[in-house]
Amino acid sequence: MVRDDLYYTKEHEWVKVEGDTAIVGITDYAQSELGDILYVELPDVGKTVSAGDVLATVEAVKAVSDVYAPLSGEVIEVNEALSTTPEVINKDPYGEGWMVKIKISNPDEVNQLLSPADYRNLIGE
Amino acid sequence: MSELLWEIEKEGRIGTKLPESGVPQREITDDLPERMVRRGKIGLPQVAEPQIVRHFVNMSVKNHNVDRGFYPLGSCTMKYNPKINERLAALPGFLNLHPLAPESSVQGALKLMAHLGELLCKIGGMDAITLQPAAGAHGEFTGLMTIRRYHEAQGNPRKKVVIPDSSHGTNPASIVFTGWEPVEIKSGPDGRIDLEALKPHLNEDLAALMVTNPNTLGIFEKDIKRVADMLHDVGAQLYMDGANMNALLGIARPGDFGVDALHYNLHKTFSTPHGGGGPGSGPVAVKEHLAEFLPKPVVVHRNGEYHLDFDRPNSLGKVQAFWGAFGVMVKAYAYILTLGADGLRRVSEGAILNSNYLLALLREHYELPYDATPMHEFVLSGEFLKKYGIKTLDVAKRLLDFGFHAPTIYFPLIVHEALMIEPTETESTEDIEKFAEAMIQIRREAEENPEILKEAPHNTPVRRLDEVRANKNPVLSWWDIAAGE
Repeated sequence: MVRDDLYYTKEHEWVKVEGDTAIVGITDYAQSELGDILYVELPDVGKTVSAGDVLATVEAVKAVSDVYAPLSGEVIEVNEALSTTPEVINKDPYGEGWMVKIKISNPDEVNQLLSPADYRNLIGE
Repeated sequence: MSELLWEIEKEGRIGTKLPESGVPQREITDDLPERMVRRGKIGLPQVAEPQIVRHFVNMSVKNHNVDRGFYPLGSCTMKYNPKINERLAALPGFLNLHPLAPESSVQGALKLMAHLGELLCKIGGMDAITLQPAAGAHGEFTGLMTIRRYHEAQGNPRKKVVIPDSSHGTNPASIVFTGWEPVEIKSGPDGRIDLEALKPHLNEDLAALMVTNPNTLGIFEKDIKRVADMLHDVGAQLYMDGANMNALLGIARPGDFGVDALHYNLHKTFSTPHGGGGPGSGPVAVKEHLAEFLPKPVVVHRNGEYHLDFDRPNSLGKVQAFWGAFGVMVKAYAYILTLGADGLRRVSEGAILNSNYLLALLREHYELPYDATPMHEFVLSGEFLKKYGIKTLDVAKRLLDFGFHAPTIYFPLIVHEALMIEPTETESTEDIEKFAEAMIQIRREAEENPEILKEAPHNTPVRRLDEVRANKNPVLSWWDIAAGE
């Protein structure tokens, strides 16, 4: 499932832009590829990231995968609930399974993100 | 679940009867101070001998092992381990050795180590070796540390190591532990190293490239000599992960195609028990220019005697307690000598033939994402089964119902829903055909009766395990269970 109100990346992150804040998570396709998620390692609040940096790490039964920062900026909030209930990423990847909020430092980068149509194309949906 | 020994014990029941003491009994406190005497329970289960025997025999039949059946776990080379190797390793002269025994009293053991090292160098076309590393990943680390020492001696420790995206997960871990940064390059459309993707990284910062050959898709890196030349032109080294040496014995020597350092997995290629069945051993062989940096001691032959040589000033030091997994060395040595050069070549030819025969039986029933003639193993994809709601995991679980161990699944990462199948040379044509029949039946079931796959296994002593719970809340000992009550 690809939602129409979000941006996407080739690495299967989704981004919701609200003013100068970006909410980041992994897509429904990504969670179904990973399978049951066991642990999530989130960045420290206050950390500055550049687009393409490793933002978080997701450990599933099958494999461990990095989640990349879709945009540059400062981490202003992380979803603490994931440390005890990472499985919500499997159940609700676009809602309760959100991972990190970033204060966007370079709004132009938003133009580099994939549209829902581009992303559907990427995953062959 | 079977009962634990603790759950069947009965107060006062014992499994041994000691003879009457021929000397007068003394109170323990006559000889030991009170504070050193145990007053609580000794903490061993109180059971009779038949209870123990049945307990462990019943446990053992719940497990799958290569003595019970086909075990095509890709990249692990689960070949049958000849029992004569065990008998030789259990000879009292080997079994009861103390690692600190004087050299003069262990000449036979040292000779075995020296000769095994020579044979392994010969097999790989290498010049020098250390037998210390405990297994594959430890071998990678040791090999990379050796290369690092070499670069340091050249005055530039360098910064990066390139790995293909099909590499074993231990490769990037070993690189980071050695103090370098792993750089992943995408494989070409044929599943091999893409020379164009490598080119931008060829500079003075590049320490090495790590490659498994044949790679984890079971495909031989035919451009390997070219890769080696490109690396050597900028002073970088070629490290080979020898996990798949079972495809090369007597056919190709890594030293001839430009490899500077490689590790062997004695427990895979040279047939010693592994995967819970025994310790591993990961000797690292190198070319002459790296020899002085290998771990110490190494076994040397000097004035008619064998010695452990510690006098190696440029060595990176010891990487293992004592001298390595000696019992495994005995088994590997016995295996190599039993087969000889011709026999080893036939091992690899048999492994490649079995793998290609099995692929021929399966290819019209499953997807083969990288369509190149494989060596000793091949990787199928179960991606197309998703339309029936079936995952590769379900196929793997269903195979257990047929009495087979599942292949490696979900690896390498570049194949979606991967099934990595390595039959090895020790399986008969009939067993390979039986496995293929089971795979084909499962393919049919996925279409016609997917529920039977989703609920598999049905016939095993233990049904499908809750992997999430096992990972998040591992209960590994009696004490964990007792604590949970």
